[in-house]
Amino acid sequence: MKKIEAIIKPFKIEEVKDALNEIGIEGMTVTEVKGFGRQKGHTEIYRGSEYTVDFLPKIKIEIVLADEALEGAIEAIMKSAKTGKIGDGKIFVFHVENAIRIRTNETGEKAV
Amino acid sequence: MYFLINRSLTILRFFLLATCALPLTPLQAMAMPLPSLEQRLSYVEAMLHNDDPTSTGIAPIASPWHTGWMMVAAVLVFFMVLPGLALFYGGLVRQKNVLSILAMCFGIAGVVTILWWACGYSLVFGHNFNSPFLGGSEYFFLQGVTSLPNTSYAYWIAQNIFCIYELAFAIITPALIFGASAERMKFLAILLYTLLWMFSVYFPLAHMIWGNNGLFNGLLNPDAWMPALDFAGGTVVHMSSGISSLVLCIILGKRLGYGKEPMMPHSLVLTVVGAGILWIGWYGFNAGSALAVDSVAMNAFMTTTLAAGTGCLTWPTMEFLFRGKPSVLGFCSGAVAGLVVVTPAAGFIDSTGAVSLGCVAGIIPYFACTTFKKIFRYDDALDSFGIHGVGGTIGALLTGLFATPAVNAHLISPITMHNGLEQALRNKTIWLIQAKALGISLCYVVIASLIVTHLVQFLMTLRAEQEDESQGLDISEHGEEGYTMSG
Repeated sequence: MKKIEAIIKPFKIEEVKDALNEIGIEGMTVTEVKGFGRQKGHTEIYRGSEYTVDFLPKIKIEIVLADEALEGAIEAIMKSAKTGKIGDGKIFVFHVENAIRIRTNETGEKAV
Repeated sequence: MYFLINRSLTILRFFLLATCALPLTPLQAMAMPLPSLEQRLSYVEAMLHNDDPTSTGIAPIASPWHTGWMMVAAVLVFFMVLPGLALFYGGLVRQKNVLSILAMCFGIAGVVTILWWACGYSLVFGHNFNSPFLGGSEYFFLQGVTSLPNTSYAYWIAQNIFCIYELAFAIITPALIFGASAERMKFLAILLYTLLWMFSVYFPLAHMIWGNNGLFNGLLNPDAWMPALDFAGGTVVHMSSGISSLVLCIILGKRLGYGKEPMMPHSLVLTVVGAGILWIGWYGFNAGSALAVDSVAMNAFMTTTLAAGTGCLTWPTMEFLFRGKPSVLGFCSGAVAGLVVVTPAAGFIDSTGAVSLGCVAGIIPYFACTTFKKIFRYDDALDSFGIHGVGGTIGALLTGLFATPAVNAHLISPITMHNGLEQALRNKTIWLIQAKALGISLCYVVIASLIVTHLVQFLMTLRAEQEDESQGLDISEHGEEGYTMSG
């Protein structure tokens, strides 16, 4: 089993979700996060005070899936999250030891 | 047609009965002859025009007409503090300090209400000290403050309503100060400061400017030392609180991490809601200051709107010119600055004056909050000085330039002829009187607030512990959080 963590632009989340649904991935966890990479922040001014905001809002998607589904999922995210501009985000892939469905006690790939 | 006449006659008869017959007890009625129809008519006319009814020989009572409006106006001014100012300031601080602002507004409302009942109202609007600096002791614990009018200030308003209306002003004034000291001052220090400040600054200053034998009261005091004008509190409310806030924030020192860490407003949405409520409430503040439903109140209603509207356009225009983007905080700041600047002038100026004041409000306080604050490096957290101190001062000065008897007949009266205001109006030198009165009041406020601040610092600590400040005053001072994640 593998886990995908993808950091994407917030306004792309609906497209990414639909693309993943289309290839049969039906579950995911989504978190609103902040961070920065090569994309620069922006300045905000409140009356006399000027602040540089480095941490930009992003969305983190976490999906755990069977090994054979990995390639398709990565492709779907790549296609749907890309704008071609700096700040599109990154995808990280991890090994997953086990998964357990709490309701039924199923383990392994059956549980994801 | 006949029906209409008949009906209006019935209404008039009822009106006369209600206004004239009620105050007479049966004994009095037997003792003196009933007032004639003409006397009763001129009594009603005096009420309609907010004139002195003494000559009619009928004992004055509060008019439902004028008093009703003052009840609404008082509610509007209370609405400015809670929730208006609370939300306006609350949105501007960081999330961890939002409750400390709300607690400040409530705490001050409580302390000042008790002070006002015990002695505050009497010290401002009493007479028996016969002093131009402080009122008297006859209304201590609101003795004798009933539903009958206090005709020294308003012929037709119940004194208890007048008292509560003025209480709302006394509450909002110290609350303005603690915008400058936000996010770092101890709650108990705020309450102690308020207590001392009311006695040393507000009560004397309000009597000097609004008391009918006050030092600077050009409209009511024929022997005013300087016959100055302050319609709704440019000097008493805004200049005094703004200048005191500057003194306080300099002594208190900057917030931890000021200039290094981001200290952004945690919710501009709350700030917009607060600014909108302030704008609405200001109709009670300014139009209510006429203390009647008369042409002065109506004019003040108009000038208040014009200045607020102009200010809320001018400030973001400055931002657009100097920074490229008009901001929402700019709209809020401009509207409030416009309202502050027009406060001392609202009942004395015409529409041209109001628009001019609104323009100035969007420009000078804008520079006070940006350039001036940056050069002198004081941490006026929510710009109490920049908007209220600077705005109130400019407003008081400009009142002298734009005041015209065309909108306010009280500017020409035996009183103003005696104290020299009428002469100054003709010579166009009121601004000079305003400047002198303002200069003296300003020096007084600086000295008094310096003493008050040091006294509080001596009696207890002004500032929260470093650790408490970093954690946020909501948890360390009040044991609560404004927003919780679960539930």
